[in-house]
Amino acid sequence: MTRYVMVADLRRCVGCQTCTAACKEGNATPPGVQWRRVLDLELGTYPDVHRVFVPVGCQHCANPPCMEVCPSTATRQRTDGIVTIDYDLCIGCSYCIMACPYDARSLVDRTEYAFGETATPAEAARAHRRTIGVATKCTFCAERIDAGTARGLVPGQDPEATPLCVNSCISGALSFGDIEDPTGPIATLLAENQWFRMHESEGTEPGFYYIWDKGKL
Amino acid sequence: MNQSMASRRQRYWDLRAAGNFIGGGTGTGLIITAALAAVVGAPFRLALALGLGFVAAGLSLVWLEIGKPWRALNVFFHPRTSWMTREAIVASGLMPLGLFAVATGSTAAAVAVALLAAGFLFCQARILRAARGIPAWRQAEIVPLILATGLAEGSGVYLIAGAHSLRWLAFALLAGLLREAAWLAYRAGLAGTAAAAPSLAVFDAAPARLARGAQLAGLGLIALPLATGALGVTFPGITPWGAAVLAWAGGALAALAGWGVKALLIARAAFTRAAAIPMVPTRGGGGNPCTANLAALRCGRRVRSPV
Repeated sequence: MTRYVMVADLRRCVGCQTCTAACKEGNATPPGVQWRRVLDLELGTYPDVHRVFVPVGCQHCANPPCMEVCPSTATRQRTDGIVTIDYDLCIGCSYCIMACPYDARSLVDRTEYAFGETATPAEAARAHRRTIGVATKCTFCAERIDAGTARGLVPGQDPEATPLCVNSCISGALSFGDIEDPTGPIATLLAENQWFRMHESEGTEPGFYYIWDKGKL
Repeated sequence: MNQSMASRRQRYWDLRAAGNFIGGGTGTGLIITAALAAVVGAPFRLALALGLGFVAAGLSLVWLEIGKPWRALNVFFHPRTSWMTREAIVASGLMPLGLFAVATGSTAAAVAVALLAAGFLFCQARILRAARGIPAWRQAEIVPLILATGLAEGSGVYLIAGAHSLRWLAFALLAGLLREAAWLAYRAGLAGTAAAAPSLAVFDAAPARLARGAQLAGLGLIALPLATGALGVTFPGITPWGAAVLAWAGGALAALAGWGVKALLIARAAFTRAAAIPMVPTRGGGGNPCTANLAALRCGRRVRSPV
């Protein structure tokens, strides 16, 4: 079995938002909608303070609460763990948005462009009318993965089969791949470092790992 | 760009969605009360029809809110796990059977409709409970609160409809007290959940206090004519006509208080979860990045997260 996951090394992320821009460019999401965000967090109280950059987005949970509540079955899970939305089935009830503990979903009800009335070339090429009035979220660039694997490429290792945010990361903070491959880079990365997943108490088993230090857990 | 980790108020379900919970709660509460009336031989058809109207109005409001209203029938596709699908399925049985009960005056049909109404109300409560992204809805005590407030609103509207006998006053008072207990349990549950702090602030603000005041005043207005009639206690100025006015006002406040609380719960007090960062990263070059004047920034330390 294959399960694609993403790993963010919080020690490496510099908060440059290049992943955010790459996602925005590649998926032509409307203004105000960002499938890949990087939180800029200030934690603690002076003088004991920390600043942390945390990439967030759909966590492609093994037990996705969005899929559980979706009344139309538009939200589904592929066999490789990627959680998808069928834009032709979704009724735009927003219930999945309420069910997501990661605030990863969005819905816009009218066509808008980044710079007013005219679409940018990226928007003209990639923005779809069928995403208006339905829930949208990060897809782990499933189309790229599918196109790449069809050509025998390996997601996470070959850029043509890897999510845009991972390709664009300037510091190597983002990694992507199959966690079920015991000798693969993701399994190795997680075995050699300490990590956490967000809101694990909800039982969602997110497919997004955050490395915070070296050494085994 | 600085993106905060703080939770934010959800912006997708507005007063139209709240209207579904208001219409559904009041309507099903009224249908259940009407079925009880049918069982004891009291007139029930008008109340039953009114209850169905509330439910239909609520469903119409939520239909106006969804992004693709012409695909609304897709809501029936996921009964295995979705409480929204189950709500729709129950509603599709509730409406025709309810109309049949209204048309025929059948007590058996009214009781069957009341069972479906209870199921519909339960589905609405579970819809909120399943919303894991909203701590104020995720709270387990939301289920008894939605059930109790639906019954309190419905029995209140039944008083407005003119049923002022002691039996219905007692029923409305009991439903109101149940709601009061459910509300206190819900608030206590929220107070024990760190992620619900912004919601608690909403419930401590003036609009929520006004709704709660109306709830308590409604209970008092219902209790007064009940005490006058049942216990023989006399109050200055409480004539039979005055008692009817008090019952009417008490019923109105019972319903309005529930509507206000639900509007706040759905549209104002629903905040998303904040990001949860249990550990901060170890950073820095060299042997030990946590030395010198960075000593205070102990690496890999567990942080207190708001969630």
